[in-house]
Amino acid sequence: MKIAVLVKQIPGSESALPISGNHNWIDEGQVSFVMNPPDNFALEEALLIKERRGDGEVVIVSMGPARVQKVIREGLAKGADWGIYLEEDGPIETDPLSIAKSFSSVLKNENFDLVLTGLQSDDTGMGQTGVLIGEMLGMSTGTLAMETDVQNGSIRVKRELESGWFQWVKLPMPASISIQSGLNTPRYPSLRGIMGAKKKEIKVVPASEYQSIAKSQSIEKIFVPQTSKQTEVIEGDADSAVARIVEILKSEIKVL
Amino acid sequence: MDILVVLEDNRGSLHRMSKEAIAGAQKMGGSVSALAIGSNADALSGKLSGVDLTEVITVNHDLVSSYNADGYSEVVKQVIESESPKTVVIGHSYQTRDFIPRVSAKLDIPFIPDIISLEDGFVKQVLNAKLNASVTTSADQVILSFQSAMFSEEAMASGSCSSRSFDVNLDSSMVRAESEEPFQEAAGSVDLESAELLVSIGRGIEKEENIQMAFDLAKVLGAEVSASRPVVDSGWVEPFRQIGSSGQTVSPKLYFSLGISGAIQHVVGMKGSKNILAINKDPDAPIFEIADYAVVGDLLDIIPKLIEALQTEKDL
Repeated sequence: MKIAVLVKQIPGSESALPISGNHNWIDEGQVSFVMNPPDNFALEEALLIKERRGDGEVVIVSMGPARVQKVIREGLAKGADWGIYLEEDGPIETDPLSIAKSFSSVLKNENFDLVLTGLQSDDTGMGQTGVLIGEMLGMSTGTLAMETDVQNGSIRVKRELESGWFQWVKLPMPASISIQSGLNTPRYPSLRGIMGAKKKEIKVVPASEYQSIAKSQSIEKIFVPQTSKQTEVIEGDADSAVARIVEILKSEIKVL
Repeated sequence: MDILVVLEDNRGSLHRMSKEAIAGAQKMGGSVSALAIGSNADALSGKLSGVDLTEVITVNHDLVSSYNADGYSEVVKQVIESESPKTVVIGHSYQTRDFIPRVSAKLDIPFIPDIISLEDGFVKQVLNAKLNASVTTSADQVILSFQSAMFSEEAMASGSCSSRSFDVNLDSSMVRAESEEPFQEAAGSVDLESAELLVSIGRGIEKEENIQMAFDLAKVLGAEVSASRPVVDSGWVEPFRQIGSSGQTVSPKLYFSLGISGAIQHVVGMKGSKNILAINKDPDAPIFEIADYAVVGDLLDIIPKLIEALQTEKDL
């Protein structure tokens, strides 16, 4: 059982997000980066699948500038076996089709049984890379997995539908599956894991080795949302906030 | 054909987001047709007979009688190849996320998802909804999905339309996944959708023992209690209280949000509320962008005092 986990490094939820000079992304110099939280659940699920079976390998795959090797190491420290790093020079790619083609050209030689991804990245939120790769590599695909059950040559996945509905789907392997956040409790790396990770291999793929591909969509401009509402901001101590809230409930929304 | 709207069958009825997608497509201008797939295709088409569309294309075949990603993506691919729409429009539902990327990869057509506005290119939220991005494409054809409630279903223009059955070429080797019957877990025991007032709890409540505070506030207001996903995932409240893309969609008179940051997945479920009063410690929390009243402060200080004040108010 050979499992690839696609992990992205993204700006942390508390990070400053200054818009870059050319207005088409943020100025990375002032950003603190973390592992994309949904990918952390995908990694944990891969490690659990390997542990339940007692065999197999988990490979962390990431693409981006040199900084992203940090999240590959983080995955290795948690127990993944080795990593693949797709080197990217220049601005980060945001076009899902180009990203998926790049990953596919590298993954196709590795014969993975499973490709796991988080349901979306919290930076661009395109939510499609795993499914695109699955289709490009002729794999079966499933999304929003809440539970996985590997069987002989196939994997049963409990998919989340809307409004509290679920559905079990049996997918022949190889399969590409996106993992819903919250289905497991991601582990922290142990000290031994952190030490051991330093010796694990990260295979580096230079940008020139995966195809250069014409972009199909691109982010032209980033901007601060204009709030469509007139928002009254209430600041100050708890007592004055309480007094104002009571007044609002009583005289403006009239629910008292 | 300028625009093709792909419809979603929501257990026998037309998905709300499909109606919103039709309204959006009509607003974009040009000729708009719709595609209904599955054993309910004719029924869905019938529901649209009074809507201003060129036609509803129906596809029914044993391999796509109910939803599966393998079959549906192949059907949409064949319809796009045959009808050559410039733009394919669909609601940004869970089902859309499951199969539309397959269509995008099969045809090498970009899929721009979760669009919130067409005012300035295709606008979507990025970076935890703290910023917006204007996305463009140079491709001849594009697939767009609209975020829930971007358009109102009531805005669907009425008129008339015809219906046409489309023959697809499907064989069983194309459908590899075996789908079991959908089922419901922990069905709701409170009706959040008809609640007038909701007190909704987010991660800012910090600890399980603080949950009672929200229930006490709800009691004194006569409100129901709802929550964001992280609170439900922590097991602090029941799953049927969840609001958002994976939970319920509500539009109460008052949505009183306690420590909810306002991730897109949550906001799509409550942004239609008549009045939004939000308390959050972080002045930059995205929830404040859609709030009518933004209380910047520590809810753990404010709520006990508010309960006391409301109690006094009631006793007067």
